[in-house]
Amino acid sequence: MVAAKRALPWLAASLRPVSSTAAGSLPKQVKIVEVGPRDGLQNEKNIVPTQVKISLINMLSETGLSVIEATSFVSPKWVPQMADHTEVLQGIQKFPGVSYPVLTPNLKGFQAAVAAGAKEVSIFGAASELFTKKNINCSIEESLQRFSEVMHAAGAASVPVRGYVSCVLGCPYEGKIAPAKVAEVSKKMYSMGCYEISLGDTIGVGTPGSMKEMLSAVMKEVPVGALAVHCHDTYGQALANTLVALQMGVSVVDSSVAGLGGCPYAQGASGNVATEDLVYMLHGLGIHTGVDQQKLMEAGVFICKALNRRTSSKVVQASCRL
Amino acid sequence: MGTVPSALKHCLSYQHLLKEQLWIGEPAAPPPALHPEQEFQISGLPDYVKIVEVGPRDGLQNEKVSVPTDIKIELINRLSKAGLSVIEATSFVSSKWVPQMADHTEVMRRIERHPGVQYPVLTPNLQGFHSAIAAGATEVSVFGAASESFNKMNINCSIGESIEKFEEVTKSARNMNIPVRGYVSCALGCPYEGNIIPAKVAEVSKQLYNMGCYEISLGDTIGVGTPGSMKKMLEAVMKEIPVSALAVHCHDTYGQALANILTAIQMGVGVVDSAVAGLGGCPYAKGATGNVATEDVLYMLNGLGINTGVNLYKVMEAGNFICTALNKKTNSKVAQASFNV
Repeated sequence: MVAAKRALPWLAASLRPVSSTAAGSLPKQVKIVEVGPRDGLQNEKNIVPTQVKISLINMLSETGLSVIEATSFVSPKWVPQMADHTEVLQGIQKFPGVSYPVLTPNLKGFQAAVAAGAKEVSIFGAASELFTKKNINCSIEESLQRFSEVMHAAGAASVPVRGYVSCVLGCPYEGKIAPAKVAEVSKKMYSMGCYEISLGDTIGVGTPGSMKEMLSAVMKEVPVGALAVHCHDTYGQALANTLVALQMGVSVVDSSVAGLGGCPYAQGASGNVATEDLVYMLHGLGIHTGVDQQKLMEAGVFICKALNRRTSSKVVQASCRL
Repeated sequence: MGTVPSALKHCLSYQHLLKEQLWIGEPAAPPPALHPEQEFQISGLPDYVKIVEVGPRDGLQNEKVSVPTDIKIELINRLSKAGLSVIEATSFVSSKWVPQMADHTEVMRRIERHPGVQYPVLTPNLQGFHSAIAAGATEVSVFGAASESFNKMNINCSIGESIEKFEEVTKSARNMNIPVRGYVSCALGCPYEGNIIPAKVAEVSKQLYNMGCYEISLGDTIGVGTPGSMKKMLEAVMKEIPVSALAVHCHDTYGQALANILTAIQMGVGVVDSAVAGLGGCPYAKGATGNVATEDVLYMLNGLGINTGVNLYKVMEAGNFICTALNKKTNSKVAQASFNV
């Protein structure tokens, strides 16, 4: 249909700023942290070959993204999808101006990561005791002790560390999570030396209401400039939640190309919000991201073909009929 | 991180989650008062939002599969029991143009009419209006557009000519005390013209409002809008029409619907159109989605502490019913996440 072919101009149009200054109190620019190659692929049913991962990361490096989470130095016993972490980190092209953080759950992982050339690492905390117990078999306090070992080593090696807090808007085991608990864990990780805290709605149950409540609590303890949001779209709320976070001053947002990564807690449901859909919204708001939407979509199409799955990005579905 | 099977095994069960009303069910308590220095746009939200359920008409009209009359009636009856106060039932358009709505009279006559629930029907012209009234309609809708090209391609006349036709309808409606709702399509973009200027949307909306439409539903027909363009458009329209007479009808084709709806309610809009199970694809982007899902809208509004009067479980059940009948997967993410646990 003639009209359908005209969908692509919408992407170009969305790049033109709506006004010279961003609407209301929104940030003028947002840093996108692309988690597709790690968080995305880790939660996909199909495992992709190392070369495909490397190609994906290389394609993403060409889009203008400044942070691409490359892999995870976790034991392959627990996360077989990331068993090729060393090969991936050593095989990718390291573009100037682009950071390639990797997950390091403990000191051993950290050392392996640095040996493989990692220049930035991430650690994963949670605001839920039960979630921490089920996931890494210890309490929140014990997990923070493990992380402090990583922090010391990272500090000595001048390696920046990003901290993640999971279950900030709800937990699959505990249910509701108190905003004060999220603030407490975030504060601890920030005080330990994490330069940024990414607040994750791990099961996507949050709404703009709970996002606002949680951020209000966290912002009392951690400066908003050091905060990021990591929204899952399991209940379709991710972009609305992200919008509220932006309105409150957050300017770093995590997302995953093609919305890679399902939800381990709701079989068949979606997980990460799609970077393409996020970029579409941000550009439509006149917010600068530095990302080339066209190239991003191509990277998404590439990985979906390799995974033999349909994209979770609505922008791509509308534009390319994939 | 843990493996999938072990994670699922230990999770709270779906029934437990619902029982605890953790994510679905009663609206959350209103959020605590903000610090006075924090001037967020999120303050000043309406206490109540009226949902206009367009699934049986806008939704089914844009589905590939033609639905038997009995199924349509059953769907509407189920929705009537969910607490919705407005359910767009059918369309009195020539069956030559819209075969899916050919059974409009039978649908209108056979649905249960619940007290306190309105069942508006589309009436593109005077002839359709009279048929609708004869069939028992007590509220009608007229569909304008902010784009000349869209109007031409859709109903083969200019905006001006369509306004004249609608005036005939609103005049007759006024004489019979029948309320008329006005829709403005392409409020945030047109599949033929591209960008639509907010002033044009305001102009058409004003014309519909002045001729007697009690409410104007502003439609992002191809879902290309973002919170940025929604804000600009509403600012222009709100100069001409009181916000209490405005509704938004967002399509989720580019995944922007909930963010756009949030923006609208932050600006004071208190009426939102949506379709159960996100029924209705997009005729302009094959395979893409169209209407935003009522379940997902309700989930967001509940989480914001906004009252709707609607029972999300019952809407989900109605959605499950129609998707089974249509042999299709729901477009509601809330339904996908809930029924799969």
